[in-house]
Amino acid sequence: MSEMRLNRNGAKFVEILGKREDQILAEWMKEMTGATRRGDLIKDSDLRAECTQFLKLLTQATAAAGTDFQSPAFDAMREMLNDVSRSRAQKGFKPSETATFVFSLKRPLFNQIQADQKGDAETMVAEIWSLTELLDAMGLYTMEVFQKSREEMIRRQQEELLELSTPVVKLWDGILALPIIGTLDSARTQVVMESLLQAIVQSNSRVAIIDITGVPTVDTIVAQHLLKTVTAARLMGADCIISGVRPQIAQTIVHLGINLLDVTTKSTLAAAFSVALQRLGITFVRETAKS
Amino acid sequence: MDKIPILRMGDFLLVTIQVDMHDRLAMALQDDLTRTISQTEAHGVLIDISTLEIVDSFIGRMLSNIAAMSRVLDAETVVVGMQPAVAITLVELGLSLPGVRTALNVDAGMELLRSSVNAHKELYGSRLH
Repeated sequence: MSEMRLNRNGAKFVEILGKREDQILAEWMKEMTGATRRGDLIKDSDLRAECTQFLKLLTQATAAAGTDFQSPAFDAMREMLNDVSRSRAQKGFKPSETATFVFSLKRPLFNQIQADQKGDAETMVAEIWSLTELLDAMGLYTMEVFQKSREEMIRRQQEELLELSTPVVKLWDGILALPIIGTLDSARTQVVMESLLQAIVQSNSRVAIIDITGVPTVDTIVAQHLLKTVTAARLMGADCIISGVRPQIAQTIVHLGINLLDVTTKSTLAAAFSVALQRLGITFVRETAKS
Repeated sequence: MDKIPILRMGDFLLVTIQVDMHDRLAMALQDDLTRTISQTEAHGVLIDISTLEIVDSFIGRMLSNIAAMSRVLDAETVVVGMQPAVAITLVELGLSLPGVRTALNVDAGMELLRSSVNAHKELYGSRLH
C-alpha cells in the first residue's frame, strides 16, 4: 500500500521536476550562494554542471522507482553522490557544507510543489513528506561517503607511516642497522621486529645495531619492546647492539629500574659500528703518508 | 613412530629437526641424544631447527633442557637456523632460552662449536680418545 502511495507521489513530483528543471536549478544555485557555495574551492561552472547532472539523474531515478532510495534505479545517483562527496572531502569542504549541497535543494523543490498543488493541502503534504525522506536519505548518504573517504585517507597515511619508519640498512657484510625514529608502540614494534629478523635471515648478518637516537622517550613499555627484539635476534644467532642512548634516556632507564645489563649499549652509532666490526674480526688501518 | 636422526661428525653431533615436533618425539630425542653423547663422548651438539615452523612452550623448554643436559655431559649445544616467527613466538612466551647458544646457520654454528671446544682444550689440555 505505502509503496504504491510513494510511487504515486513520486510520479507527481517527477512531472514537476521535468517541467520546471531550469527554474529549480536557478533557485537552487541561488540557495547555495551562502556558506555552501565556497567559490574558493569549486568553480561556478563546475557547480552548475554538477547540479544539472544531479537533477537529471534525480528525474530519471524517481521516474523509475519513485522515492525509494534503496532501489537499483538510484545506482547512478548513488555513484554521483559518491563522486561529489569524495571530491569535496579531498578539496577540503566541511562535512556540513557537503551535506548542504543536497539539503539546499529542498526549498526550491518545495516551492515548486507548493505552486503546483495550490489548494490541495493533503497531496502537497504527502508529496513534500516523501520528498523530504528521499533528500534526507541522500544527504545522509553523502555524509557516510564523506566520512568513509576521510577514514580511508587516515588509514592510508598510518600504513605509509609504518612502512616509512622501519628501514633496515646494511652497513657492512654481516652488519645491519635499524634506525628507529618516533615513538615505539606495540604495532610498530611488531613491524620493526619482523623486518629486522627477516633481514637478518636474508642477509645472513651476525650483528644488528638498533639505533634509538630518534626515539623521543623510553618508558618501560618501549624498553620491554626493545628487549624482546634483542632477545629474538639472539635466539636466531645474531648479536644486537643498542646505540644512540641519550643522557636523559640513560637516566630514565635507570630510574625505571629496567635491566639492560645483558645488552650492549653505546651512545653513538659509530661506537656501535666499531664494536660490530670488532666482533666480526675486522680492523681498519689508516693509510699513513707514504715516505 | 618418527625418529629424529642423530649424526656424528667428528667430535660433534648433528641433529636436524625436519618434522613437526610433538611431545613424544621431543622426549625420545632427549633420551637418544643424552645416550649418544655419553656413548660417543661428543664435545658439541648442533641442533638445526631451520625447518621448524611451529613451536610451543614445551618444545622451547625442551631445547633449553637439552642444552643443560648436554652441558652436564660436557658437551656444548648450539641451536642454529631459528626462523623469525619461531623466535618471536618464544620471546612472547617468555622463553629466552638463557643457557642456549645460537647461530644463524649450520656453518656459523660449527665455527662456534669449534672455537669453544678449542678454548676448552687450551684451558684444560686435550684429552685422549
